[in-house]
Amino acid sequence: MEIRILGPGCPRCHEVEKRTFNALAELNVSADVQKVTDIKRIAEYKIIGTPGLVINGKVKCYGRIPSLDEIKNWFKEEL
Amino acid sequence: MKDWKIFLIPAAVFLIVYWLPVENSRFQGSVIEGFALLKEYARQHVLFCLVPAFFIAGAISVFVSKASVIKYFGAQAKKVLSYSVASISGTILAVCSCTVLPIFAGIYARGAGIGPATAFLYSGPAINVLAIILTAKVLGFKLGLARALGAVAFSVIIGLLMHLVFSREERKREGFNLAEVDQHKEIRPLWKTALYFATMVGILGFVNWGKSGQEFKIWYFIYRAKWFIGAAFIIVLIWMIVSWFRKTELKEWTLSTWIFAKQILPLLFGGVLVAGFLLGRPNHEGIIPSQWVARLVGGNSFATNLFASFAGALMYFATLTEVPIVQGLLGSGMGQGPALALLLAGPALSLPSMIVIRSIIGTKKALTYICLVVIMATISGLIYGAIA
Repeated sequence: MEIRILGPGCPRCHEVEKRTFNALAELNVSADVQKVTDIKRIAEYKIIGTPGLVINGKVKCYGRIPSLDEIKNWFKEEL
Repeated sequence: MKDWKIFLIPAAVFLIVYWLPVENSRFQGSVIEGFALLKEYARQHVLFCLVPAFFIAGAISVFVSKASVIKYFGAQAKKVLSYSVASISGTILAVCSCTVLPIFAGIYARGAGIGPATAFLYSGPAINVLAIILTAKVLGFKLGLARALGAVAFSVIIGLLMHLVFSREERKREGFNLAEVDQHKEIRPLWKTALYFATMVGILGFVNWGKSGQEFKIWYFIYRAKWFIGAAFIIVLIWMIVSWFRKTELKEWTLSTWIFAKQILPLLFGGVLVAGFLLGRPNHEGIIPSQWVARLVGGNSFATNLFASFAGALMYFATLTEVPIVQGLLGSGMGQGPALALLLAGPALSLPSMIVIRSIIGTKKALTYICLVVIMATISGLIYGAIA
């Protein structure tokens, strides 16, 4: 599972990152997690507003902080 | 970071501290001014203005659906609608100024017209909810209102001009498309959300109701009763929170509020210290002599407004720090006009953000945009300075 967290580095993006790792730990799976902080590269995903969460190339959520349950559900979809 | 670069930091600190003019009485006074201004902020603005403002900002970022606003950026929406929405969407979409550039990049990449996109780009930082609230509280309601109105009005103008200037290229661009993303379903009817926000704004407004002379009976009466009115609104708010919101939503709300506060307060306090040190409070000078300020940005001439705009455009202001800086400048002799010019150009642009904007829309469009911002801020300053 390939995860990209999109954000220029503000606290909201850190929160998404934290929840992502919590979700991975709770489901006991590992994944390739990377943060994308360059705005031009973020724009390529065509999200409107950071933070953004991309799993296996699909944009799952943008412009808000998803809940832990939402993130876990997306992981279950994409595993 | 490489070790030699890390070494530069203690080296620089050492050199600064080695030459620090602590014996100089003006320097000593300025340091005191920095802390005096900080104390003033802590006493007058933090509890009843900033704290409620952070809760409002947190609520906006959690409870207001962005998708409902974003669809107006498409070329399909009627021009009047898309520009009006774009110019005030900053309040809803970009509560945290760090997200303005990513949103701008995103909507432009999806095909939003350069007009509405730049209208948003300009208005976002300028009508940031927290900034307007603090501007009105610290610098006065008139300047706060002028900032909000100026930002909205001129974002529409800048957007339209950008669209006109680049209309040939615009016609070649594809339509706007919103990808399918599983976004929040609305749990609450719109009127409940609206009332909830109105209540919070009401608390903020009444608790900060200014004193006035006895001439305006209603105004004075409200001032005398402000704590009772505020308390009544708070009780209403508590009832709303208990009956209209789920526990998980409230947790998200307080978390969002806390994230904003964590991010913005340290920078604001730093900005207040620096502003106090450099410019002092009204009737107390900081390190910078008032004559310099008065000469560069005093009065209301074209030159002073232009200088304020231009300097503001280049300077970087962390969220909210423009307020104590303009406060210090006003106290040192800056005119009302240049003050508004600085408020309109400062938060919207900075040297680093210009570079990012250029990477998104190209040098020609970026330069046009920057020039338009500086010109509009200058004009707004001139007009406001004349009537304020």
